[in-house]
Amino acid sequence: MSLKVLTANRLIDGAVVYLTDLGAWGEVLTRARVADTKEAGEAMLAMGREAIGFRLIVGAYLADVTRDPDGTLRPVKMREIIRARGPSVRADLGKQAEGRGLPA
Amino acid sequence: MYRYDEFDQKIVDERVAQFRDQVRRRISGELTEDQFKPLRLMNGLYLQLHAYMLRVAIPYGTLSGRQMRMLAHVARKYDRGYGHFTTRQNIQYNWPALADAPDILLDLATVEMHAIQTSGNCIRNVTADHFAGVAADEVEDPRIIGEILRQWSTFHPEFSFLPRKFKIAITGSPRDRAAIRVHDIGIAIVRNAAGEVGYEFWVGGGQGRTPILAKKTRDFVAKRDLISYSEAVLRVYNELGRRDNIYKARIKIQVQEMGIEKFIAMVEEEWAQIRDSYLVLPEEEVRRIEAYFAPPAYESLPSVDPAFDAMRRDNRDFAAFVNTNVHAHKVPGYAVVSISLKPIGAPPGDASADQMDAVADIAERFSLDEIRVTHEQNLVLPNVRQSDLAAVWQELKRHGLATANIGLVSDIIACPGLDYCDLANARSIPVAQRISERFADLDRAHGIGELKIKISGCINACGHHHVGHIGILGVDKKGEEFYQITLGGSADENASIGDILGPAFAYDDVVDAVETVVKTYLGVRASEGETFLACYRRVGAAPFKESLYDAAH
Repeated sequence: MSLKVLTANRLIDGAVVYLTDLGAWGEVLTRARVADTKEAGEAMLAMGREAIGFRLIVGAYLADVTRDPDGTLRPVKMREIIRARGPSVRADLGKQAEGRGLPA
Repeated sequence: MYRYDEFDQKIVDERVAQFRDQVRRRISGELTEDQFKPLRLMNGLYLQLHAYMLRVAIPYGTLSGRQMRMLAHVARKYDRGYGHFTTRQNIQYNWPALADAPDILLDLATVEMHAIQTSGNCIRNVTADHFAGVAADEVEDPRIIGEILRQWSTFHPEFSFLPRKFKIAITGSPRDRAAIRVHDIGIAIVRNAAGEVGYEFWVGGGQGRTPILAKKTRDFVAKRDLISYSEAVLRVYNELGRRDNIYKARIKIQVQEMGIEKFIAMVEEEWAQIRDSYLVLPEEEVRRIEAYFAPPAYESLPSVDPAFDAMRRDNRDFAAFVNTNVHAHKVPGYAVVSISLKPIGAPPGDASADQMDAVADIAERFSLDEIRVTHEQNLVLPNVRQSDLAAVWQELKRHGLATANIGLVSDIIACPGLDYCDLANARSIPVAQRISERFADLDRAHGIGELKIKISGCINACGHHHVGHIGILGVDKKGEEFYQITLGGSADENASIGDILGPAFAYDDVVDAVETVVKTYLGVRASEGETFLACYRRVGAAPFKESLYDAAH
């Protein structure tokens, strides 16, 4: 299976979040927990449903990523690249503006 | 301008309080997202890629300076210092927090604004000609019935859960600037042989994945029958429109599937039953609403101001601005000024809070306190004295709002696309920016003449690509952004749906493709006066296909 992260929007402000290794929801893709098997993906989805129940997030789903040799995670689809960075047309907005975007 | 009466203010205030409680219950866990989503959508609150998005209604595109200043305040206090004016004459904020949404609506309510009818399967915010009330060829100000239809449609109990959303547009002029042929109902205000003012109804137009032009259902609906006839159309749709398939749920599909004759017959039958009911529009009520839109106190001015004429002669930049951005006004000595929200290389339709404040100031000083939003994502100052045009131009220039490109190649409609929108398949804004930069030379743009490029980032067609002279549709091909080009669309009184030319172009190639289309046009046009659209209609797709596809092989 391709590598996957679990991503959602935070309920209170809609910010893009990722399930982290610690089981929390972080704003930075690079610290996301990665599933490399179907079972691991399903386990993460179950955690997503739980977080939805706790009103932390909205609409959790698995997104494809790749891992650079140095461990950096990169989204595969343009939609996820833009979610991880912010609008491609406004470098001053979104995660990229807050130093939380993807490494170059 | 219309001012709220006690009922209007009460329902808006009550709606804010109701939504505040709904948000509270969502955050406390009493409501699930499935329960909450339809409630937030009824208040214009979407969840997009990066954040929530709030769409605020600007009924028939008319604003006062005070209202524009409130839009700036919302951008500054609750958002990221800007807003995006849309093809529905509304404004969208891209970054509000859920917790702030009730406060935003509370602030908006203090200037008679709200986010009702900006989402959901209801009759949406009614749109109208942005030159309403000032166009020389106008039969009647379309905002009068825009307001009447607003009052009729807001919280209409029978039409709050239609098969799908429902959009109404109105033009008061034979020259259609409101794109009525691509709306669920398009209304053209007309005068009949007896000289009475009434309404020509067009039904079943729309864009999206199945673009269809509206068909005329009635040549003349009398004033008293405006509501009863509209209600008859809505009833036939509400009863028989498809609720089983979201892609077939719009009235255009219903009209197409049953055929216009049968649809008209059903509407007539329904109408006959309700025509003389309580739905007859009371004359005194029409007069009451009309009074709100009575022309402002125009001064008696000479039709040509000598200082304006001299400035136009002596200042080339000012002359260029006047040529594209200043339009004839029905009153001598006055002019209509378009404010381009398409500076070269900028996202179409975006305005900063400071720019909104500046427009509010300019409107108060120079435009009898009126501003319009156009469906082409620009703003309009409808009531500027000719003698003030130079001062207005200088003020606009100071705020980056004086780009002289209205109607030209860089005056592009673009939806938010994949940079913001949850539905998008490809980016729209950067394509618009790159085209705008490619044609940054305004002399060259003037030489090309009127050319409307419209870009959508998905098949829902919020960027009106089907009716662009050049339409661009972003698609996803195995994870890559590609762009399909259509030619020959138009949203005016001679509306047409564009023709797809051939295979789509990659993100990196689409701007070259547009330039090739433009160069081909320049090569085949009969004269400098033959517009792109007229030329395309004369020569057809062949020369464009040849230069785009054959030359490459």
